[in-house]
This record gives sequence, C-alpha cells and structure tokens, in this order.
Amino acid sequence: MEWITKLWKKNKPVEPDQNVQPQTAKPALAAQAITLEMDIAPNDPFLAYILHSPGVVEVDKLKLESPVVSQLRAAGVRLSVPLVSQGELIGLLNLGPRLSEADYSSDDLHLLANLATQAAPALRVAQLARQQQIEAALRERMEQELRVARVIQQTLLPKEVPDLPGWKMAAYWQPARAVSGDFYDFIHLPDGRLAIIVGDVTDKGVPAALVMATTRSVLRSVVERHTAPGDVLNTANNLLCPDMPPKMFVTCLYALLDPATGVVRYANAGHNAPYRRTVAGIQEMRARGMPLGLMPDMLYEEKEVRLLPGEDVVLYSDGLVEAHNPQGEMFGFPRLRELLDIPGCGDELIACLVDELKVFTGPGWDQEDDVTFVTLQRTPQADPDLLAAFDIVSQPGNERLAMEQVSELAESAGINPKLIERIKTAVAEATMNAMEHGNQYNPERQVHLRVLSSSQKFVVQVTDHGGGTPITPQAEPDLEAKLAGLQSPRGWGLFLIKNMVDELNVREDAEHHTIELVFHQTGGVQ
Amino acid sequence: MSQGFQVQVRQQQNRATLDLMGEINGAADEALNSAYTLAEGQDPAVVILNFAQVSYINSTGIALIVGLMARSRKARRQLAVYGLSDHYTEIFQITRLVDFLTIYADETAAAAHIL
Repeated sequence: MEWITKLWKKNKPVEPDQNVQPQTAKPALAAQAITLEMDIAPNDPFLAYILHSPGVVEVDKLKLESPVVSQLRAAGVRLSVPLVSQGELIGLLNLGPRLSEADYSSDDLHLLANLATQAAPALRVAQLARQQQIEAALRERMEQELRVARVIQQTLLPKEVPDLPGWKMAAYWQPARAVSGDFYDFIHLPDGRLAIIVGDVTDKGVPAALVMATTRSVLRSVVERHTAPGDVLNTANNLLCPDMPPKMFVTCLYALLDPATGVVRYANAGHNAPYRRTVAGIQEMRARGMPLGLMPDMLYEEKEVRLLPGEDVVLYSDGLVEAHNPQGEMFGFPRLRELLDIPGCGDELIACLVDELKVFTGPGWDQEDDVTFVTLQRTPQADPDLLAAFDIVSQPGNERLAMEQVSELAESAGINPKLIERIKTAVAEATMNAMEHGNQYNPERQVHLRVLSSSQKFVVQVTDHGGGTPITPQAEPDLEAKLAGLQSPRGWGLFLIKNMVDELNVREDAEHHTIELVFHQTGGVQ
Repeated sequence: MSQGFQVQVRQQQNRATLDLMGEINGAADEALNSAYTLAEGQDPAVVILNFAQVSYINSTGIALIVGLMARSRKARRQLAVYGLSDHYTEIFQITRLVDFLTIYADETAAAAHIL
C-alpha cells in the first residue's frame, strides 16, 4: 500500500561548528513542505494503530516495531496526523520539530487534530478528482487504442465481396464492442473455386479479436495447402489447439463454392448450420464437427449441395439468433427461418434481416454479441427455350431413339461434340430407367421427353408414369463387390447419369415422375 | 436404329481377341458370353476386347463387361481392351473398370505389351 504523506520539514540544520556562531544558522531555520512518499504494508502495525487510535501521533513516544515509524523517525518527523475520511485513512500530515525547537504543546496537538478533521475531506475530494482525471485519461487512451484496433481488424476482413458472374454475394459485420470475435473471409483458389469462411470466437472484445486474427491467418495459410473443407478444418484445428487460451474456442463454417456448377462443398466446426433457400423451402446445411481449438485430431464431416439458379445460402453468427428484445425474448432460429421463408426478404436479404433485428430489439439496444452475415445467391437465369417435345414407346432398345433425337437437337443447338456424347449417355440411361422402372416396359405407357436450350445450358426432361411410387434408393456401385459376386453386375444407370450431368433434378406428382438433366454450356463438369 | 451386336473370336498364340461390333446392351448378353467362353477354350493368358467397331455401350453393357471381368479374374486370366472412344474411355475411368483391366490404344499397342 502506498501512501503519500505530507511532511513539514525544517531545513537541515547546519552542522554544529565551533567556528560558526549560533545566530548565523537562523536563516536555515525557514520551514518548507516536502512530500514524503512511503509504502505502508497492509500488515504494518502503524496502520492498525492509527486506525484504532485516531488523533495526533507523537512519533518519538510511539513504541511500535514498524518500518513506517522507523522511516518517519529517520525523516525527522515528530508528529504524524492521520487524515481520515469516511473511516478510511487517506494520508498523513507529518510535522518535524518546531522551529523554536520547543516541544509541541497540547494546544498544538488540539489544533492539529481539528485541522486534520477539516483537511481530510478536502484532501479526499482532491484525491478523487485527481483519480478521475487519471482514469479519464486512461479511458481515452484505451478508447483510442480500441479505435485503432478496430481499424486494424477491419483490414483483416475482405474489402469487398467477390464479384462472380452468375452470383450475388453480400456480407455484414457488426461488432458488439469496438472489436469483434466474428470474422468472415473469401479466398479465391487457383482452380476458380471460392472458399467462404464465417467464424465466431467465444467471448467478445479484445481477447476474442486477438484469437480471431490468429484464426484467420491460420485458415489462410492452411487453404494454400489443402482445399477439401474437412482437411482445412482438421489442419487448422491442430495448429490452433496448442496456443488457444483457456476456455476459448472458435466455431467456423468453411464452404467451397464452384461458381460454374453451383456445387457448395462444406464442413462445419460447431458453427450455426447455414440455411439454404430453395423453391421447396428452407433447408439446414448440417455437417458434424467440433469447434476449433478444443481438442486436436478432430475429423470434420464434409457435405455437398448444388445450388440452383435463384437459390441462396445464408451464413450467420449467433449474434442474430441470440439477440434479446426488451421483454427478454430471444430472436431464435424459428424466427430466422420464418424470415427467410417470406418472399419479401428477397434480393436484399441482409438489409431485411438487419431491419428485422432492429425492430425486434427496439431502440437503444445494447448489442449483446457480434453479428455477422454472409449471403450468396445463384442469380436466377432466363428460362431456356423449348426445342422439342416427343414421346417414346416403352420397349427395350427404344432409348436409342430418344438418344438419337436429342443428339440431333444438341448438334443443331451448337453443343460441342464432347458434351453431346455425355448428353447421349445420360439421356439413354434416363430413358431406359423411365421405360423399365417408371412404365414397366408397358408399350401403352410412353416416356415423354422435352428438350430445352439457352445460351447457358441444355436441358432434357424425361417423364414417365411412375409417380406416387417411392423410388428405391440405389446403392453406389461397388466394383470390387461386383467382381467378387457380392453385388449384382448391374446398377450403373443412375451412377452414369450423375457423372454425365451438371445438375440432376427430380420431380414427381401422383402420376408422373420427371428427371431433369442439365448440362452447362460453359464450364461445368469436364 | 439399332445396329445389333456381333462378335468374332480370334485365337493368337497366348491370347484371344474378341472383335466386338455394334451395340453392347442387354441384347448382347448371350453372344458376348458365348464368345468369351469360346475364347477361353485354348486357355489363353490374355483375353483382349476390341471396341473399335462398338458404337454404343449402355449401363447394361457395362454390367456385361463387369461379368467378363469377374470370369477372367476367377480364372486368373488377364483382360485387356483397345479401340475405346474417348467418351467410353472416360466411362471406363468413371466406373473404375480401368483399375482391373488394361486399356491400349489399338491392337498393335496391345500386342506389343502382351507379347
């Protein structure tokens, strides 16, 4: 404990000198005040003494084994007057010997005690004012440092969202404090794919911001060596684990978008599952994985979706869903799903979500957590033109008829020969499946084909009469098992179709079953 | 229209070559397997499938080829192919058939490696 004591100190007397007359020392007896800075340990007996025996202390008469008393004596202090305010010792007024060198009288002691009573509150006020000034200066310095930290942190975020043909992206980042534990990132890969990352560090403020900066750097370095989402998160986790502060971790969603095909492959380290908005409704894009920094050698499940034109994906941190309104009600996942499901939240999705959040929390909301969104939308495409529609009788071998007709249409539409071969195989297999499984090779049931084309894609729709009948899921062909006689040699049809097309869409109603084969004319599966 | 399927067997020293023609689909099942049985008659070390005159292979045709692969594997006989178009070479890669048989560009290349 450090106390600043006031000491009225007489100038050091002139050393006795035989050659100097006593009166020559008089000018040296003028008094002056000095500040004596002392550290008083909390267990110093002097402290206990003055708190329990208020009043003027005659230092020379004090019989205490105390470092403070020794210091006072060494400094020539005769009287020590405790300054107490509201039961708290706030200073000592120390006096040296009287200028007259006479002892202090009882009147002196009484006067000093009264003075202490008057001076202590004033000193307390002065101390508080000084403390406030120091704290204000400190706060200003910290705020200035946080302002700089925020600017620095903002430079770690993408300066702009990627501009990819056929895609519309947006991002929103709003820290709860000056700096944030939330982050997002876009990384363009050499093969044309785009890595999209959204992360959320536990806690908020400066500690979270420091971990955020580290995590972002680690992820960026890992992406240079790995591309598979599961591998990226696994490696990043192993790098982060040794240095992660106690009780901290990072949730992170890593998605890899192929802009040409719309395929999004992703892995999730404990982050909120993104929502995919489709014509059929809202879907959660779930994948299992522990947050980063908790335990090494974690495995991260990889999943894949193909976004169709008009569909979009929303990635978000928990600052939105965990926001509370003045009534203490949480925003919650159901509310978010409802918002995503209404047509009004269309192109300007982020603005819509932020507006809804403001309405929910009301004015003067003390933001509880960082809020981050990233949205990506595959922009709707113009409907392709119908080139032809025709029927095929369900008889073995007739898939060749469908294949040849579609091939001629593809050729006339300017499709390249390599893609035409793919189209032929996919159409033949789809038509075979329709004739066999949908129409049971009943010649009275025809397979209906529609061929459509635009500058971007070539589409073949194959419809049979198998609607209303559940489609039996086919096992993925296992060649080793087939060669060992453990699996039928057949069962390649759907596998071939999937490998020939860029998109495969299936629709059915009570009567019909339609498989739509989509081939991109630029990019796509090569 | 359908070209049907035909196959001819050529026996050469330690190998037998099946010259396949037309379309390999379900209708080719009997002819293909009979030809393979014939090719095995002289117990050749290698059976070669010549696809140079094949215009179409569907998923059932792939299944027939898998059946031949299973037979050759059981008999510890090597199976090789040549004459595949780029498209069907890709299909053999996608289906991983290439992991269990050897693909040559033409008969000369096949003969050079097999001898």
